[in-house]
Amino acid sequence: MKEQLYSYLLMLGDNSMILAHRLSELCGHGPSLETDIALTNISLDLFGQVRNFFQYAAELKGGDCTEDNIAYLRTEREYYNCILVEQANTDFAHVIARQFFFDQFQYLQLKQLEKSSDETIAAIAAKSIKETRYHLRFSSEWMRRLGAGTEESHIKTQAAVDRLYPFVDELFTASAIEKALSDAGIAMDPGTVKAEYEQETKTVLEEASLILPDAAPRFAQGKQGMHTEQLGYILSEFQYMQRAYPNMEW
Amino acid sequence: MSSEWPLFEVFIRSKNGLEHRHVGSLHAADDTMALENARDVYTRRQEGVSIWVVESRHIKASNPEAAGELFEPAMDKIYRHPTFYELPIELKHI
Amino acid sequence: MSKEVNLEEQFQARIDAGERIEPKDWMPEKYRKTHIRQISQHAHSEIVGMLPEGNWITRAPSLRRKVGLLAKVQDEAGHGLYLYSAAETLGISRDELEVQLLTGKAKYSSIFNYPTLSWADIGAIGWLVDGAAIINQVMLTRTSYGPYARAMVRICKEESFHQRQGYEIMLGLAKGTPEQKEMAQDALNRFWWPSLMMFGPRDHESPNTAQSVRWKIKRKTNDELRQQFIDITAPQADYLGLTIPDPDLKWNEERGHYDFGEINWDEFWQVVKGNGPCNRERIEARTKAREDGAWVREAALQYAAKKATRNQSKAV
Repeated sequence: MKEQLYSYLLMLGDNSMILAHRLSELCGHGPSLETDIALTNISLDLFGQVRNFFQYAAELKGGDCTEDNIAYLRTEREYYNCILVEQANTDFAHVIARQFFFDQFQYLQLKQLEKSSDETIAAIAAKSIKETRYHLRFSSEWMRRLGAGTEESHIKTQAAVDRLYPFVDELFTASAIEKALSDAGIAMDPGTVKAEYEQETKTVLEEASLILPDAAPRFAQGKQGMHTEQLGYILSEFQYMQRAYPNMEW
Repeated sequence: MSSEWPLFEVFIRSKNGLEHRHVGSLHAADDTMALENARDVYTRRQEGVSIWVVESRHIKASNPEAAGELFEPAMDKIYRHPTFYELPIELKHI
Repeated sequence: MSKEVNLEEQFQARIDAGERIEPKDWMPEKYRKTHIRQISQHAHSEIVGMLPEGNWITRAPSLRRKVGLLAKVQDEAGHGLYLYSAAETLGISRDELEVQLLTGKAKYSSIFNYPTLSWADIGAIGWLVDGAAIINQVMLTRTSYGPYARAMVRICKEESFHQRQGYEIMLGLAKGTPEQKEMAQDALNRFWWPSLMMFGPRDHESPNTAQSVRWKIKRKTNDELRQQFIDITAPQADYLGLTIPDPDLKWNEERGHYDFGEINWDEFWQVVKGNGPCNRERIEARTKAREDGAWVREAALQYAAKKATRNQSKAV
């Protein structure tokens, strides 16, 4: 059980971390100063969530394990984030659509995890959900702006939705760990919130004059540690210092 | 490039019991965005519990050149201040 | 004409009396122009300054360092924003100011045209560049133009963590492995002289100084500020066990100040003129952000207009 809880925390943390990393790439390059600052706030919130999950995971692992060992010193196949969050910052429409699809899921997930039988997870969820509620508000509002703004923004945003929505299905396919831990009242079985997710998502997209593609879900097994080619590049940047200068304090 | 977002003025109540104070300005496409931008720009360090935003063009400001007629006439109305009235010091609570 | 002269005298008298000037007050055209130039230059420096440090966000060596750096670079965006707002009170738009930056009409601090080549550079920038900036900024909290002074008060309050963040990084490296210490020394070697150049040319070559002092835009000259920075910083380098790359640097008991060697002014002017290691890259990055963001800003405006029309027809 402890092994499973540890892996579950990595999955939760990795989702936030890889998305936070993508957002952090944008710092200094946003479409306006105000938006730049807002996206960095989201990135900082997510990194905060990562640290909470990983500090707890490190505690479970014991020994001299730290949040940084967990964050930095795994191989590609040992990261468990969903494929959605590692998708590139192709343009601002992709940034917002990726954020919106994730926020909507994360909000429902944290709402469940607030009731987790694991007190630490429940406490982290209770703190994080306030941040995520704001992220969702921000990304929903931007979906509406871009979807219903100009013709150009509509086309770009529909393209981002078409591209990213097929990765959403993965969020709702429970991994073996999610199944086992949700039976124990610790984790969420994501299948249980799928209908609500689809409903909420559809509402915002309709307001944004956007449609959900009926394309088949993409084959995605990030939760099992099988990623797209993009993650390797994220990690080679992310881990650069720790790999080039092993065992040093910073 | 005329697609600049309009300017908004931001007012923040730092804690309940205090008034909103002008803290600065920012650009936003509409007032919803202005409120969110104000939150992201001006309350990063717990500076506030409530935000007002108003588009700058809606503010009517007094003209400094009229400061003489507007504000100076109040200067000699010292009878509006408590110290104008002389009472014996032994008197309490008044 | 004589009325103008009279107004100018009255204006100077107000400044001499320590009064603040506010946006709608009468001011000499030159005062307005000088402020637009200086405040926007300052704003541009904050915004361009995000780039060299932003260069290491994705590679920060620990989560703690990463959030510290991310928050710091974000603060710089905020500071740029406060300063642009202050400049906008003088009747120019942020959009116009951005165009001035991207077309090379406006300048920004040359220090940001140097590349960040190692993680230690992030420490060195926080320690030296923010250290130098703070000296200038503290002085500016008392500058005569109200909106500028208020922006500086806010900025100084927020910046107090920036230099500590940088020095803490340096401290970690200086106490670390020989490799880390070498990295720290290398960063100091590269950033020391450009940091001294941040205070601008020598006083006798700085044509604007006298007028700026008269208007209390500046309260100390470039050379005074530079000396102040060196006096503060030299002992901090000693504490780190690092060597400032200036063989002439030594304490002068008589003057009560450090003596220091000659700055390479040729390099200074070369970088100012656009020939520094990263000038073009910095402007390219800002141009790209502006161009990539154009459709986003336009969409938000259109959406706002549509929403307003909808609300209006609802009200009827």
